[in-house]
Amino acid sequence: MKIQSLEDLKKISQSYEKQIYAPEGIKVNIGMASCGIAAGAQAALNKAIENYKENPKIEIRQTGCIGFCEQEPLVEILAAGKPRMVYQHITEDKIIDIIESYLAEDFKTHKKLILGQMRDPRSLLDDDLKNPVGGIGPIDGIPFMEDVPFYSKQVKIAMRNCGYIDPERIEEYFAKKGYAAFLQALKKTKPSEIIDIVKASGLRGRGGGGFPAAIKWATCAKHHGDRYIICNADEGDPGAYMDRSILEGDPHSVLEGMLIAALAIGSRQGYIYVRNEYPLAVKRLVTAIKQAENYGLLGENIAGTDFSFNIKISTGAGAFVCGESTALMSSLEGKVGRPRAKYVHTVEKGFRESPTNLNNVETYANVPAILLKGADWYAGMGTAHSKGTKVFSLVGKINNTGLVEVPMGISLRDIIYNIGGGIPKKKKFKAVQTGGPSGGCIPEQFLDLPVDFDELTKVGSIMGSGGMIVMDQDTCMVDVARYFVDFLKDESCGQCNPCREGLKQMLDILTRICEGDGKEGDIETLEELGSMMQKFSLCGLGTSAPNPVLTSILYFRNEYEAHIRDKKCTAGVCKALFHYEIDADTCTGCRVCAKKCPQEAISGEKKKPHVIDQEKCIKCGICYEGCKFDAIKIC
Amino acid sequence: MKEVAMMETVETIDVDYMELDDIIEKEFGLNKENLIMILQTIQRRYNYLPKPALAYLATKIGVPMSQIYGVATFYSTFSLEPRGRNIISICLGTACHVRGGARVNEKLEELLTITDGQTTEDKRFTLESVRCIGCCSLGPVLKINEDMHGRISSDEVKKVLDQYE
Ligand SMILES: Cc1cc2nc3c(=O)[nH]c(=O)nc-3n(C[C@H](O)[C@H](O)[C@H](O)COP(=O)(O)O)c2cc1C
Ligand code: SF4
Ligand code: FES
Repeated sequence: MKIQSLEDLKKISQSYEKQIYAPEGIKVNIGMASCGIAAGAQAALNKAIENYKENPKIEIRQTGCIGFCEQEPLVEILAAGKPRMVYQHITEDKIIDIIESYLAEDFKTHKKLILGQMRDPRSLLDDDLKNPVGGIGPIDGIPFMEDVPFYSKQVKIAMRNCGYIDPERIEEYFAKKGYAAFLQALKKTKPSEIIDIVKASGLRGRGGGGFPAAIKWATCAKHHGDRYIICNADEGDPGAYMDRSILEGDPHSVLEGMLIAALAIGSRQGYIYVRNEYPLAVKRLVTAIKQAENYGLLGENIAGTDFSFNIKISTGAGAFVCGESTALMSSLEGKVGRPRAKYVHTVEKGFRESPTNLNNVETYANVPAILLKGADWYAGMGTAHSKGTKVFSLVGKINNTGLVEVPMGISLRDIIYNIGGGIPKKKKFKAVQTGGPSGGCIPEQFLDLPVDFDELTKVGSIMGSGGMIVMDQDTCMVDVARYFVDFLKDESCGQCNPCREGLKQMLDILTRICEGDGKEGDIETLEELGSMMQKFSLCGLGTSAPNPVLTSILYFRNEYEAHIRDKKCTAGVCKALFHYEIDADTCTGCRVCAKKCPQEAISGEKKKPHVIDQEKCIKCGICYEGCKFDAIKIC
Repeated sequence: MKEVAMMETVETIDVDYMELDDIIEKEFGLNKENLIMILQTIQRRYNYLPKPALAYLATKIGVPMSQIYGVATFYSTFSLEPRGRNIISICLGTACHVRGGARVNEKLEELLTITDGQTTEDKRFTLESVRCIGCCSLGPVLKINEDMHGRISSDEVKKVLDQYE
């Protein structure tokens, strides 16, 4: 069926609302994003399907990432008249037990596996639905998902449907108000008005730079030629995976955002450039595009109008620099992805020398919500110059790893301690790295910083794509700087001198420092190299490459000095600069370390303090990680 | 940019030209802009990019061999040399790095006596580093073929490798 109007859309979506909120049988939704699958969701899904294949009342379905990756695989079970329960760590061996206990309405036996019950599964867009939530009251003694600290401060806009719908069923997206914003805009809104709404919302690009989306759209619309719409799904920033999650969990929100942009700008052709490492995202996108085409929401003469728009998918091939807009366009043309100087902007001459609008996945995913709920609603969230929400991937040394979407302006402390649950094993927080290889390391003194584009820039980092890598006392800041420089040296396209040579020099110096051969003056040389690269590199990779080095020097100069002068790495990372010792007073002589040591370097009698033979020790850290009594010290 | 030694070895691989033709023509419409995706398809088929296939591709879509080499060496997914039966992707992304990914990598290098990009002599494993596979919550992560092994520590590496023939 081809959808011709909002009324058509409504009819289909109404018939699916019941299925997603109050299905007649029992519905089991298994979180099947890449991370869930890696944690064992696929095996659990297969097992459940096999077990209940004769039972038509139990429907086993897949959904996207609910965000709380630490507790994966996550499974949600619901039925009309029963509570919606979310279960955690549900692997193959547990899935049948929890389904059976749900059927028996037994929420006690497996209480530890229950993450919470859902008070209200509606997204911010569905607020006019009438009582969609199942019948019976909440179960005593089980927390509401909305009150679980990981979720309570989150506001889901870009990720509104992730984990709630089957990403391979367009009808479920319809039931969540999907494509309503687009059809309304198509039928009722002038292109310039769309741009005005986006402008008033204050939406800034989520791919790194934070450029106002509406300004880009408006300039692109002004230039003549075959205009292109591109979605940047290259997501090269290591440690950030929100774009993957959106594409895997709610691909239609991105397609709809692109459609709206195409309408506003006047484009007939769109491309999504997806990272090669994301095969599942590609699969879900292909399915989504086909389904949208079947309903006539992509293709020629959409909904009986003269507006036509097609979307193609292209996959990258493992080059970080291809996330940069001009390099990406060159790669889309089948060429080597080298950035070019932007004297002429891509909105004028981009892909195939034509006017091109490129935005990030999350940027597009926000657009339908803004059109439906209005610019004021969106601009009501956030800070003076950063509106709405941002998705962060909270990873590294943090208890609750996962994807969190929070209003701009929330403090780092809130994100790390309230949502993230703090640092594991009671270790001490050292820094949080934001903005990936172009960003910087933010120390403890700035934990109360409100997170938005401008504040992060002020302390020397950037928002970037939203990766937040938490580091504790065991992370060496010099090693982290060396790590990023090493990464960027591999990824620099090599065409301009400051970036190519600067990174090489920096890496040499940092490697020397980490190996114990640091010299007086090294820090100053790094600073000089950094400022030279910032000034003279051609593209964003080179100009931002020194950020991790410069911020770590700024905030952790003492660590550099300890490496250079005292030849000490107190974090116990740089092997030439520390050794392990067993503290005789704390050691219980449990022998765990002695058994684990691959070098057989640890000796001692049972229940007596042990010692490490420094000659044999290769500093692999296995004993340090494994000691329950913290008896192994870094010296 | 990755550094790749130009292959001088004589290749004795059977390239199925009819199939190659289908890939280039039917699947990708002889379109130069699809070069990267054509190369990806060839690599999926042969596990690497055999030189004869590239030469054929060059004449078919009218792109000079030098440009095809340029693209094949620029992007890190492409391999110009035959790879092992099992591809190990060790994540060296930031999140995995701060959780000890480098130590896992060292262990792999030690056990297999190869480094990044190399293949064991018996062709059992190829070791490749990647920078983030988007499963940071499970870091450090090791992917072998399509299987993900998360939260892995260096003393578990051997056990994991033993599962692959
Ligand atoms: C080296 C480099 C890598 C980049 N990688 C990405 C990326 O992976 N994803 C992304 O959306 N933007 C990336 N960007 C930013 C893009 O160039 C571009 O600004 C952005 O995609 C525009 O979309 P937005 O306005 O919606 O943010 C990168 C920039 C540079 C300089
Ligand atoms: S700054 Fe670096 S990545 Fe950018 S064009 Fe120059 S060499 Fe290439
Ligand atoms: S950093 Fe290893 S999966 Fe992301």
